[in-house]
Amino acid sequence: MNGNSIRGRTAIVGIGGAGWGEAPGRTAIELLAEAALAAIEDAGLELKDIDGLCAATSVHAFPTLSVAEYLGIKPTFFDGTNIGGSSFVMHLLHAALALEAGLCNAVLICYGSNQRTAGGRLVSLSEPQWHEKPYKPRHPITSYALAAQRHMYEFGTTREMLADIAVAARQWANLNPNAFARGPLTREDVLNARMVSDPLTSRDCCLVTDGGAACVMVRADRAKSMKRKPVYLLGVGGAHSHRSITQMEDLTRTAAAESGPRAFAMAGLKPSDVDLVMLYDAFTITTLLFLEDLGFCPKGEGGRFVQDGAIAPGGKLAVNTSGGGLSCVHPGMYGLFLILEAVTQIRGDAGERQLKTCDVALCHGNGGTLSSQVTALLGSEAVL
Amino acid sequence: MIPKQALGPGPEEQYRAYLSEGRFMIQRSRSSGRYVFFPRVAEPGSGRNDLEWVEASGLGTVYSITVNRTRAGDYNVALVELDEGPRLMSRVEGVETVPIGTRVKARIVEIDGEPAVVFDVLNEGGAA
Repeated sequence: MNGNSIRGRTAIVGIGGAGWGEAPGRTAIELLAEAALAAIEDAGLELKDIDGLCAATSVHAFPTLSVAEYLGIKPTFFDGTNIGGSSFVMHLLHAALALEAGLCNAVLICYGSNQRTAGGRLVSLSEPQWHEKPYKPRHPITSYALAAQRHMYEFGTTREMLADIAVAARQWANLNPNAFARGPLTREDVLNARMVSDPLTSRDCCLVTDGGAACVMVRADRAKSMKRKPVYLLGVGGAHSHRSITQMEDLTRTAAAESGPRAFAMAGLKPSDVDLVMLYDAFTITTLLFLEDLGFCPKGEGGRFVQDGAIAPGGKLAVNTSGGGLSCVHPGMYGLFLILEAVTQIRGDAGERQLKTCDVALCHGNGGTLSSQVTALLGSEAVL
Repeated sequence: MIPKQALGPGPEEQYRAYLSEGRFMIQRSRSSGRYVFFPRVAEPGSGRNDLEWVEASGLGTVYSITVNRTRAGDYNVALVELDEGPRLMSRVEGVETVPIGTRVKARIVEIDGEPAVVFDVLNEGGAA
């Protein structure tokens, strides 16, 4: 199967969020449920219309069971695939397949976390790798720092280049009233922040926030007559490369180099067709690696590509217009938040940060320690 | 078909037992000659279950290294590429950090009461 049968056959028709930033006194599933209900309402549907469910969280071993029970729904299709923060981008494909196969009619994809107010640290179900454990890596950051060091060694990438990624994200966040981290941030601020794992400072790291997010997908024929402007799923591709960072073949080349071409082939598009690039920025180095691996610049050139405001507002490529995980919101597993920003931009609802043209958006999710990579292309009716 | 009976300790336990004896052993496929680490029941990719234990040369090169900065102190975490090919996580002893590409040699120490492989910087005059 080449997957072309999926292109444009389903659409996101509702999105919702809850408690982005700090949501004291609220649990993960409460935030998830509030976001889910907001997304269903945005779609003009009712809870009883939801017969498909995709979920993954950092605290539920059986996420679809917990969510279905909490909401009081009995889905005929459910998928709790958990490959880390990229899970929700993969859920788009699974939902599309289930919708196309007629297994269900409306799929809810959802997430929630209260990790900031519950302790202020990244919450994860991820188990330590026995052969790494004696050396006390602090995952995920140790793995990403190792990748950054290798990239600097091979390609002459500098800390200043990485810092420019954090600065660009902050500049976008300053245009987004929903962003948690707003205010001035300079290259020097990033460089002089507390070193966490060389070469990454605390400002090279994503936020630890609370937050819930959800979206609703239906078949395209139905989407056309619904309340909101549909955002079509044009292509999705996923790839695994490793579980332990020790097994990653080349720390400067991620499996985004496989997931990206798969998604572009399905969508019949190329990088130059993309108006908005939403990349999972767990750390500044991930933005850089994915720009390279997804074909927005040559391998090794990411550092030079992002320099001096090139991906900031008014730059040559619109990247992470919400402010990203670095400055908008990052409640542990961020993948769904990429999708929400892409839908917001394609709808034309992004306010001060709205792109002049946004008909094609790329969402790239990352999971584990650069382990799973999933790329999705979303588009307006204009590109069907 | 009845599953094949698994007899005795698996590769992970065997690896630990070797380390306890002061031996740093890795696996090699008899047919392909490829070295494997971390230890497994079969060669990854091919599924060939002809892995044998061989003594690692202990020589390797730092592929990447970071220093974790914590309240309890700073320590490095390195990925070392063994001369045999596989990469493993470890640390380089006696230094805060070293440049990528530094030649290192394995030594078995005790970490948290268990034997573990760490590396020392290889002095000039050692194996290339």
